Amino acid sequence: MDKLRLRFSKTGRAVYISHLDMMRTMQRAFLRAGYALKYSEGFNPHAQISILLPLSVGCASVCELMDFTLTEVSGLAELPGRLSAALPEGIRAMEVYAPETKAKQLKWLEIEGRFEYDGRDSVAMAEALNGFFARESMVIRKKTKRGEAESDIAPAVRSFSAMEGEEAVLVRAVISAQEPTLNPELLPSALRQLVPELAPDFAEFTRLETYGENMSVFR
Amino acid sequence: MDKKLKRILPRVQKPARYTGGEYNQIIKNKAEVDLRMAFCFPDTYEIGMSNVGMRILYSTINSMTGVWCERVFAPWGDMEEEMRAAGVPLYALESGDPVADLDAVGFSIGYEMAYTTVLNMLDLAGIPLRSEDRTELLPLVFAGGTACCNPEPMAQFMDLFVIGEGEEMDNELLELLRTAKRGGWSKKDFLCRAADIEGVYVPSLYEPEYNADGTLRCVTPLDGAPARVRRRIVKDFDDSHFPTRQIVPSTEIVHDRVNLELFRGCIRGCRFCQAGYVYRPVRSRSVDRLLEQGLESLKNTGYQEITLSSLSSSDYRQLPELCDGLLDYCRERSISLALPSLRADNFSMEIMQKVQSVRKSGLTFAPEAGSQRLRDAINKNVREEDLLESCRVAFAGGWNGVKLYFMLGLPTETDEDVVAIAQIAKDVLHCWRENALNKNRGVRITVSTSCFVPKPHSPFQWEKQIPMEEYLRRVNLLRGEMNMRNVTYNWHDPETGFIEAALSRGDRRLGAVLEQVWRDGGRLDAWSDYFSFERWRRAFEKCGLDADFYAARERGRDELLPWEVVDTGVRREHLWRERERCYASELSPDCRTQCTGCGANALIGGVCNG
Repeated sequence: MDKLRLRFSKTGRAVYISHLDMMRTMQRAFLRAGYALKYSEGFNPHAQISILLPLSVGCASVCELMDFTLTEVSGLAELPGRLSAALPEGIRAMEVYAPETKAKQLKWLEIEGRFEYDGRDSVAMAEALNGFFARESMVIRKKTKRGEAESDIAPAVRSFSAMEGEEAVLVRAVISAQEPTLNPELLPSALRQLVPELAPDFAEFTRLETYGENMSVFR
Repeated sequence: MDKKLKRILPRVQKPARYTGGEYNQIIKNKAEVDLRMAFCFPDTYEIGMSNVGMRILYSTINSMTGVWCERVFAPWGDMEEEMRAAGVPLYALESGDPVADLDAVGFSIGYEMAYTTVLNMLDLAGIPLRSEDRTELLPLVFAGGTACCNPEPMAQFMDLFVIGEGEEMDNELLELLRTAKRGGWSKKDFLCRAADIEGVYVPSLYEPEYNADGTLRCVTPLDGAPARVRRRIVKDFDDSHFPTRQIVPSTEIVHDRVNLELFRGCIRGCRFCQAGYVYRPVRSRSVDRLLEQGLESLKNTGYQEITLSSLSSSDYRQLPELCDGLLDYCRERSISLALPSLRADNFSMEIMQKVQSVRKSGLTFAPEAGSQRLRDAINKNVREEDLLESCRVAFAGGWNGVKLYFMLGLPTETDEDVVAIAQIAKDVLHCWRENALNKNRGVRITVSTSCFVPKPHSPFQWEKQIPMEEYLRRVNLLRGEMNMRNVTYNWHDPETGFIEAALSRGDRRLGAVLEQVWRDGGRLDAWSDYFSFERWRRAFEKCGLDADFYAARERGRDELLPWEVVDTGVRREHLWRERERCYASELSPDCRTQCTGCGANALIGGVCNG
């Protein structure tokens, strides 16, 4: 049976559901909605589902993609509606289609960030942020599996802009989704390391859109 | 979501425990709600959400129009620290509103070691700990659950206790509270009226007096309160409410599955087992009803596993029919059926083989005692032949692991009985060698022992617990005998068991100790990460109370016991007779074979259906 792709959003209280828990939640939601996921063969069968880019805990998204296979393809038109009704608060299925792209072609992510600066001026901070992220190179320390490593994150930030928002600075950026993967949390982390005076008191992110190599929308 | 909370959550472990928002949670319109309750479970989300009782009551309470019941769990240490630092009070998961703003705060206490967590949760909610310090009617703070069948240790903190099964009682209580809230009653007026509800115990309406030796002299009921509070039960269990639209947690919990309750009570009468006495009489649910509830629950939750729960599932009369019915549905959907609490007998093994035809999980048996003599004395009528026959069937069927649970320190136990545990392990190992399907895969036999804790309302309620040093001596004796490869011996530390023993048969004076332990930083004491024996020892000392008086003292036949204000339906004479039969190593028949006249049938007003 052919692979299908689900586009869904994960916002509100649901952003604290971890990747593994999300996989479990999806499997149960498909059952509740009356769609049978295809299971792997073998001693310990598991549903054949794969979320294209695991989302870190705390990060929201309106452009999540998940590949799956059904044992029987029928009622696809109603799938988003029925699945949404079977999902926890904050998770909504938007569309289902047969994908024409491969997961590895997903290259860029557009993200929105809310940087909160307690008792500081948003206009000035936004300006300073734009200045900082225009740098050619931003070498920071990153935790890796083998301890700490230095890495230049600038090539992974394709574009960056900050503007004044309500009680916060609103950030828009296009960052590398894969090879290398840039966790949005590294943006405030870079500030803490290189320009502590620009580090926000709190930052939260939402994934807005997925793009391919040439910045065409990835579906 | 609260701004402060939003900043905390990314920093704590498993934040999804603290957000609510799960599928099937119940959200009500505040404008249409006139009474709000916080259902508090004094342990973590993972433990609390695994509790069937909480799920049932969440559903029955929310079935009341105009009443909204929400869930509250204890935060783990990292979250608690963050909440205190940020000034975030304990909040209800569904609405995110502070617990203190709700009208009723009810705790489900299943285990004595959760007492300090109850105090910590009250404090996190900003609610004064002691009932007398809460002069207003609202929020009403109360508790129920198994650990409340001796309500006395927590008596000073609770406005009232709901003793027994809550399905009907809780709703009657909340209805009265709604009337009181509307009518602007005083707390005292409300409590006096609440004491008329069957099963409700209002501790402030009872005055205990003590003898010079520290034992209880008498308890005087005040303001017309009943002399004893009779445990409330659901008479028609088949017809009682069972939620089939249960919450599906978005993060993994301990028992992450549909849980079907086959029956309440137990026909066996093991003399050490509190549950076997306090949940009497036996009341079952019909196969048809169970199948209906099971299938509906699976459909509504999407769970891939279902388990049957009761105190002794093998004793459900129509177990084969039920399993067949469930398997018909489950097989083609890759849903697994789990059967805990099976007895080690042939009948159970047949069912086990049927159920576990796909995956072979571990087998667990609880012979409880090593020798037949001691098993007879505690009325655990499992014979070694049965156990070995079950193991034979299991090993021949491809199982390669068995867990065996025992207690050390049971009344009448001798060194011979202790050493007999090792013999059982040897016999099981031998049985594997004779019958294993594939010996190359090896075998894992795990023997665990814990220290026996005498519990109130059981035939051993008069017993002393053996001292910790004696428990450890017996552990070492057993260790010396456990020298087989393939056999692992685990023993629980005796310290938690000792404190549990002191609390479970404690009186009202222990409230001071609980408060002291909490003030000294104690909470989540059921977790070895947090339990500190030293802290408990200090608290007993500071309060001038002797833990041995509660844990290690044999009570006299005529001594008035602090928990006897609760009438479970089982008569004291019956418990005493069972205790004497223990010392004579005499078995008592199970309820089905012959009624032993415990008295619990009075609760359903007639003959019970074992």
